[in-house]
Amino acid sequence: MKALRNFLDKLKPTFSEGGKLSALHSVYEGFEAFLFVSNQTSKSGVHIHDSIDSKRVMFWVILALVPALLFGMYNTGYQHYLAIGLLEQTSFWQAFGWGALAVLPYLVVSYLVGLGIEFIAAQIKKEEIQEGFLVTGILIPLILPIGIPLWMVAVATAFSVIFAKEVFGGTGYNIFNVALITRAFLFFAYPTKMSGDSVWISLNEYFGFGKTVPAVDGFSGATPMGQAAIATGDSLQLTSPLGDPLSWWDMFLGLIPGSIGETSTLAILLGGAFLIATGVASWKIILSVFAGGAATIFVFNTFAVNAYMAVPVWEQLCLGGFAFGAVFMATDPVTSSRTETGKWIYGFLIGVLAMILRVLNPAYPEGMMLAILFMNIFAKLIDYYVVQHNINKRLKRATLSSNPAKTTPHE
Amino acid sequence: MKFNKEVLIKPLNRANPVTVLVLGICSALAVTAQLKPALVMGLSVVIVTAFSNLIVSFLRNGIPNRIRIIVQLVVVATLVIIVEQVLKAFAYEMWKSLSVFLGLIITNCILMGRLEAFALGNKPFDSFLDGIGNGMGYAIVLFIVGFVRELLGSGSLFGIKVIPQSFYDAGYANNGLMILPPMALIVVACIIWVQRSIRKELQEK
Repeated sequence: MKALRNFLDKLKPTFSEGGKLSALHSVYEGFEAFLFVSNQTSKSGVHIHDSIDSKRVMFWVILALVPALLFGMYNTGYQHYLAIGLLEQTSFWQAFGWGALAVLPYLVVSYLVGLGIEFIAAQIKKEEIQEGFLVTGILIPLILPIGIPLWMVAVATAFSVIFAKEVFGGTGYNIFNVALITRAFLFFAYPTKMSGDSVWISLNEYFGFGKTVPAVDGFSGATPMGQAAIATGDSLQLTSPLGDPLSWWDMFLGLIPGSIGETSTLAILLGGAFLIATGVASWKIILSVFAGGAATIFVFNTFAVNAYMAVPVWEQLCLGGFAFGAVFMATDPVTSSRTETGKWIYGFLIGVLAMILRVLNPAYPEGMMLAILFMNIFAKLIDYYVVQHNINKRLKRATLSSNPAKTTPHE
Repeated sequence: MKFNKEVLIKPLNRANPVTVLVLGICSALAVTAQLKPALVMGLSVVIVTAFSNLIVSFLRNGIPNRIRIIVQLVVVATLVIIVEQVLKAFAYEMWKSLSVFLGLIITNCILMGRLEAFALGNKPFDSFLDGIGNGMGYAIVLFIVGFVRELLGSGSLFGIKVIPQSFYDAGYANNGLMILPPMALIVVACIIWVQRSIRKELQEK
């Protein structure tokens, strides 16, 4: 620690005003703040009530994402070996290691591109580097299918960091969730790489590991959501890639094809519990998203006219990106509602919209992304009306209590 | 008849109707997914703006103030119908692909704006130049937007493939979002961004 401190202190003059590399001032600043607590304190006007700063909040979210990330790595490997029919001969660590190698490049690309743009933007604007991308960078790979080319991820990340974040003023000023904009960009720009049957399970080898062999007979790469969207007839049997029926436990545990981090409801709920315990995410939003989704599915179940509408609540809530969106996307403190009543409305409407899009619109097998982005627009509007309602209520109370005094008959 | 260069040049950049006055955005979104319709649309607007400016400028002293909008509309509508019929006769496919947006030139804000702001108070030749300038300013933006959208969205220019097959074999794919209308807005925004970084006096406070 001491050696690191000394090293940084020695570098400081180079990056300070008048130094050789003063143009990279904020890069130095950023790394110093990343490694140590900043030793500059405010002189006036700031009242700190505890030690939570955005660096720590970001770090907690990353910790909460670790279960989903690790499970996503394992599931990627699991689905790969399942598809090529070698699952029996494969150990847990082999599947995990293969999946880790497959997922890692996405993490690297997303961080390199995103942080690169943030660093450049900070130099141009002569501001400090903000921590906002630390979480976005890990969220982006988790909501993508494993088959998507890396250059597309790079393009989409650059697009969303520039147009969804820097243009609006950087971290904390964005209207839309940056990671979801990345996904939406990819979804509309390269639909063949973001949906369908062939993108969810990788059949490639990575760095010499794994095998590039054709999938076994009877293999189908469709996700449960994909199967449900094209299902016809009265009964719907969701199956694994090899055609075995899926139980609720499979869906909850997450050994199903899907985006890298979204499949395991269990891992997501672990992260969610951690976020609620640390106070980073609002339990009201998470709960109301699930409530909104459950209520909508309940209505669909009651008036079911096809097999998809009859899928029970507990399965719907575990499928697709619903849980991931509810826990990690809807609760983004920047883009969600901030008033307490507003959080309930905001979350509930996300759940309702996601299920309506998912079940009633055959063009979109999953509706969580669009539902959250759509409600991002309305988050501040909800806040506005909640605040106005409160103001009116209190005004009425104030006039009620002051009126009797005024109207006492003196005349 | 003095040739007033300023009137012609100014709308191309410094007072561009699309990027500075932000007029005529709707058709900029609608017809720019491909370069060819964008170009034809741009030229049609040049013709209509130039001649409606010219005609209204000739009439300007005879138009009663209270009914001037109706007179302007009659002039513009006549010109638009002439352009539309010419295209229908000699470029039927193009007329079909531009469909309703050709007729909607009548409601293009640039036209009414120039008639009201310039043609009613200036001499015919100046008004004619102003019409050409503003039409060209619109056409240039449409051309750039159409160029970017067709190149990235379909991999072609004027309908001819320009991105070689080897790129696609190496994993390149066309950006489907470029075909969708929202991307036109973002491309226009990028043009505005570039323009205002170069011309600092255009930046709003």
